[in-house]
Amino acid sequence: MSTTLPVAQRDAATTSPEPGKTSKATRKGAGRIDPTYYWMIVPVLALFAFFITLPALVGVFFSLTNYAGYGDWKFVGLSNYVNIFKDPAVLQSYVFTFGFAVAATVAVNVVALSIALGLNARIKWRTGIRTVFFIPMVLSGLIVSFVFSYLFSNTLPALAERFGVTPLASSMLADEKWAWLAIVVVTVWQAAPGATIIYLAGLQSVPSEVYEAAGMDGAGTWRQFRSLTLPLIMGYLVINIILGFKGFLGTYEIIVGLTGGGPGMATQSVAMKIFSGFTGGDYAYQMANAVIYFVITLVISVIQLRLIQRRGVSL
Amino acid sequence: MTATISTGSPRGSGPSASTRPSAGSSRGSRPSAGSAGSPGKIRRSSREGYKVNWGLTVLMLLASLTIIVPLYFTVAMALKSADQIGTGTGLGWPNPMHWENLAEAFVATNFPAHFLSTALVTVFSVLGSLATSSLAAYAIARNWNRKFFRGSFVYLLSAMFIPFPVIILPLIKQTALLGLDNPAGVVFLHVLGGISFNTLLYIAFVRAIPAELEESARMDGATTWQVFRKIILPLLAPMNATVGIFAFLGSWNDFLLPQMMIADPALQTLPVVQMLFQGEFNTDYSLAFASYLMAMAPTLVVYILSQRWVLSGVMRGAVK
Repeated sequence: MSTTLPVAQRDAATTSPEPGKTSKATRKGAGRIDPTYYWMIVPVLALFAFFITLPALVGVFFSLTNYAGYGDWKFVGLSNYVNIFKDPAVLQSYVFTFGFAVAATVAVNVVALSIALGLNARIKWRTGIRTVFFIPMVLSGLIVSFVFSYLFSNTLPALAERFGVTPLASSMLADEKWAWLAIVVVTVWQAAPGATIIYLAGLQSVPSEVYEAAGMDGAGTWRQFRSLTLPLIMGYLVINIILGFKGFLGTYEIIVGLTGGGPGMATQSVAMKIFSGFTGGDYAYQMANAVIYFVITLVISVIQLRLIQRRGVSL
Repeated sequence: MTATISTGSPRGSGPSASTRPSAGSSRGSRPSAGSAGSPGKIRRSSREGYKVNWGLTVLMLLASLTIIVPLYFTVAMALKSADQIGTGTGLGWPNPMHWENLAEAFVATNFPAHFLSTALVTVFSVLGSLATSSLAAYAIARNWNRKFFRGSFVYLLSAMFIPFPVIILPLIKQTALLGLDNPAGVVFLHVLGGISFNTLLYIAFVRAIPAELEESARMDGATTWQVFRKIILPLLAPMNATVGIFAFLGSWNDFLLPQMMIADPALQTLPVVQMLFQGEFNTDYSLAFASYLMAMAPTLVVYILSQRWVLSGVMRGAVK
């Protein structure tokens, strides 16, 4: 696929689209360039630099100061960074965020793949059922969380009481041990359709002849799934895991809608912690936290991209 | 619930599903009978037959209740009076229905103003996303052999590695300094935040457009702008739909940026307004749910009316 492409051009590699048109580009590229092309992209680049890159640099700068978000400041070197590693509240938010992201990634992908398999099978009323399954995609995560918040704290306990299931009789959201589970459930509700779509695209790329051949050879359904479907859609699985995990690390609105970070600080995500830098007077400190968070996500991204390259998955 | 669905997965795995004895044993016999008989026969029956897998259909219907029940619940709650909500589960249908809750919430939240604000942010975000990312993608794809454009592409993509929480604190300060602590500022950031992904989607598409199409127009003296507008843009229509849908949903439902950026509560967007009902002592659930319902309804209705178009657009993004 990339055989016609010079090695240097592969540096954008993993994320760059199929390099199909190289021959034409080189043919034209020898001459002068129409300045119009610069007009098409330079304003965008300028805005991007100003609104995305500049704040990132400013943030790194202030993470080395004791700026409170207002008033005077001076350089304090790396002491913010050192303090972060000694701050149990911050460390706890990292533990929660990563645990949550792992749980949500697994749950979302299991559910999404199941739904995709179901929608791809020979079921009746496929269009209608599909429409229903994708509804969460168009709804605000915050409002959905508010609705679920009532379900978790009132409806579920009331039902549990009626049927005598005492462990569920009190609100899950008020329970330090189980509040995270409620957040995972709503995250799955909200995020599964997006992942399902990617899986559906993957399943539809599998030619049905493959199954017919396997069926003739007497492979059972589970066997077919494990030995045929799963390997054939592996690329889509990897993409879903990467996109999902990165997204779930930044979870914010569902937590705001369900627990607000509570009870206590049991469900406080790193993002929430960082945002508290607005009001808490520890702007610089939370900026240091943000930089650490960035480095961590970057490392994860690089590892994931390496994995993709090794697998030869084309994005 | 997760378990219920996942047990369905192996069964749904392929066209010759339902070999499992647990469900649809009557039809489970088909593949095995086929393997004994002539192979040509199976192919025809599985192609044209489209024998409905009823066991799986029922399972999928049950699973779809996980979506329908919360929505039903929202509607039911929105139509209840405070007394009807009481201490019950909230799952019963209200009798009588209190439609006046909707009118009350309409007034209490100043719905029209926030609807307008949300709609304006969304419209401009969608238009901005379409314009900037299609132009950028065109310029990059047609000049891929030039360092500057390739570099620009990598640079824009780098945003995908910067999580929003990392830049948000300085960003808010910066936009406030510029007087962009309003819906207009949110539009800027919605456009720029989505630009990496959107450009990526477009580039693949632009590359598939043969350059010969443009060259003949250029021979006739068309400028690059004209080529883009008259030839490329119409050809991009399917991708415009895809990018537009993503931009619309992302912008309409966004909570983080409007909440943090828009200083004037009167200009706030619909999702953020729902925070109003989260006060410690606020237990007016009928009003709250009526308001939630009204905030959810627009996208829900549009989606259901145009689901075929929406889903095919979104699928296009996934296939890429």
